[in-house]
Amino acid sequence: MNNPAIYHRSAHWKISWLFVGIAILCLPFADLTINTYDPMAELGRLFSGLLQPSIAAIEKPFEALLQTISFALLGVSAGSVCGFFLALIFRFRLVRVSCALIRAVHELFWALIFLQIFGLHPLTGLLALGLPYAATFAKVYAEILEVGERRAYDTIRHSAGISSAFFYARIPDLWQHFVTYTSYRMECGLRSSAVLGFVGLPTLGYYLSTAFLEGQYAEVWALLIMFYLLIAGLRYWLHPKLLPFYLLAAPFIIANDSTITFDNIVRFFTQDIVPAPLRNGEGSAALWHWFSELLMQQALPGIVNTLVLTQLALVVTGVIALLWFPLISGLFFGRFGRSTGHFFLVVMRSTPEYILAFILLTLWGPSMLPAVVALALHNGAIIAHLIGRYSEALPLRIDASRGINRYAYEVVPRVYSQFLAYLFYRWEIILRETAILGILGIATLGFYIDSAIQDIRLDRAMLLIAITALLNVAVDSLSRVIRSRFRLSMSPQQTR
Amino acid sequence: MKLITTSINSICAIALSLMLFSSSAYSAPKTLVFSAIPDQDQSQLIKRFGKVADYLAEKLGIPVRYVPVKSYAAAVTSFRNNQIQLAWFGGLSGVRARLLVPGSEAIAQGEEDTRFVSYFIAHHSSGLKPSDDFPVAMEDKTFTFGSKGSTSGRLMPEFYIREHMEKSPEQAFSRVGFSGNHSRTIALVQTGAYQLGATNYKVWESELAAGNIDLDKVSVIWKTPTYPDYQWSIRGDVDSEWGAGFKQRVKQALLEMNDPELLQAFPRSRFIEATNDDYQPILDTARKIGLID
Repeated sequence: MNNPAIYHRSAHWKISWLFVGIAILCLPFADLTINTYDPMAELGRLFSGLLQPSIAAIEKPFEALLQTISFALLGVSAGSVCGFFLALIFRFRLVRVSCALIRAVHELFWALIFLQIFGLHPLTGLLALGLPYAATFAKVYAEILEVGERRAYDTIRHSAGISSAFFYARIPDLWQHFVTYTSYRMECGLRSSAVLGFVGLPTLGYYLSTAFLEGQYAEVWALLIMFYLLIAGLRYWLHPKLLPFYLLAAPFIIANDSTITFDNIVRFFTQDIVPAPLRNGEGSAALWHWFSELLMQQALPGIVNTLVLTQLALVVTGVIALLWFPLISGLFFGRFGRSTGHFFLVVMRSTPEYILAFILLTLWGPSMLPAVVALALHNGAIIAHLIGRYSEALPLRIDASRGINRYAYEVVPRVYSQFLAYLFYRWEIILRETAILGILGIATLGFYIDSAIQDIRLDRAMLLIAITALLNVAVDSLSRVIRSRFRLSMSPQQTR
Repeated sequence: MKLITTSINSICAIALSLMLFSSSAYSAPKTLVFSAIPDQDQSQLIKRFGKVADYLAEKLGIPVRYVPVKSYAAAVTSFRNNQIQLAWFGGLSGVRARLLVPGSEAIAQGEEDTRFVSYFIAHHSSGLKPSDDFPVAMEDKTFTFGSKGSTSGRLMPEFYIREHMEKSPEQAFSRVGFSGNHSRTIALVQTGAYQLGATNYKVWESELAAGNIDLDKVSVIWKTPTYPDYQWSIRGDVDSEWGAGFKQRVKQALLEMNDPELLQAFPRSRFIEATNDDYQPILDTARKIGLID
């Protein structure tokens, strides 16, 4: 209080206010109006559903649960195996760039693409999950290998040969890191698998979005509770020894009798995604017209909305994370308070943004506001969880202040650099997640991609997806520059 | 090293199961698979259309299965990829599907589909009253279509909006949304989330009969002229798969469907003959407003 000038000059302070300033500049471009007349009736029905959840009206609830688990298990396992081998050759620029581009496309878009090629075949879901997960695993595994201890490996490399040395001297040392990260991704995989139901995979999301569209809230809550239990009980049911058994059973659960033909695959690459003017041989002038029209009418407005939404959500995410992290920190609450806080954060971070946005849309009507708040609640809860855990390890002096003083003058300044690291790490993730809100009708790039796919104009969809991927890669690199410039770092296991 | 053995076991398990799974996918019997666009109440779809599958299986003497799809586009894509051979399409989705699958045909339509209508509906706060003329006073209010690929919830309403207001919907209204399906359009206008919407008249009537509509809150303000809509479409190559005359037998089975419980799934009073030419007006309209190149 007496000498705020010292803190004002810090780089963290400046970068924080820079992003708050950007968000304020975005405000005039964001449509944040509230426009419902009588939301209370619908909200009343929503919460009365919570009191009597029911699966009676869902046609195959347990099959959906098994499908969700199976797609997640197979997708994440295949992703981690491929990711591991990619990590070994991650030093090649081509591998790094390809992985960055694959990661930059949201699972939902991969699913929409593969739906065009493989239709209802289970390969659609497997690849939609496995491909982006492999690219993420490759990056994180490569980071783990990079920071690991190499002396034992260097010692025996010449006598034992490279592969033996690798498996005996490097893997045992780093194994725990791989396991920790991979099991964390399993939770993400379950969430992704459920979310892919929104575009037609027979997982929990399929029934969840149907129940929401029909206003059957008793079913909505039953499905959400099933999903929360699945995530909360992850470490009990997903025992490493049971994994081979699960992996053997999973393909039979997701198998169906739809077939894939080579013709469809060829057609996708040689016709569907070729720009219409080229396909019809209309010449380069027509191609330019096609491209510029798409750019001006869809890509540019989409990019503006996507960035506005992302920047607003990023700042609100930061505020929420700072407000919520004490809920699970031993520095602020006793055992009972922390358990309640943990439960609250699990619910907030497991609830897919789509569902949060849907509830808020009912409450406030259609605008960007529900999207900003949904993204911020979900991501804020994730960062709050990580910061809360981190804060527990802080050593406090015996005469440390208490309550709000401890929060504002002791803990927040000490976790702030870690907090910024997480927040900038999630910047690109928030940008990617705006995609799913586009499918809900908020005019981000995701909205235009969904429209192109609904019109079966895959050429347009692919161009827009490519633009989205480049935007993601750009924000990711900017975030990396900021993080290294301000020396904001975290250990690889803590990243997502 | 135990950990490594476990992981190698897992890898083998994945490889083995993937092999089993791909072989099981290819030994499928010749089942006729059909689907329907998810235009309204999507729950209980398997129950409703499962009965239709049983009826067709009995009439045709081959296994018939219904698969649910999540979007209009997924229905069209599955038809194109030969993962479904028969589909209950809307006007626009049917036209799109048949353009993509040369030789495919519209074989039957509901009796109501020869003279289908869209309703423009309004929340009471909009102050709009029912009229026979196109309600130009809709300008600058908020408006929601149904699904992006719907005939009655998108194509025809957009066509009349462009014709009467001489603007695109984005220019004519202060906000334009896509609710996802017809039931949801009615629900959104009823809560006032959107002031106006366009919906399928059959869905409006069945929601009204089910008591889901409060006429003090939402009412019909304009009805479009009639146009052809839903139809059964079948792929051209079914005869080579199930024998000559198969297409004709499917058509006959559909025309002879008279169990009210089965017809309620659509909901139609009965099915009558249809041809591709019946849907030329839909194709022309879709080209005019740029939904089909």
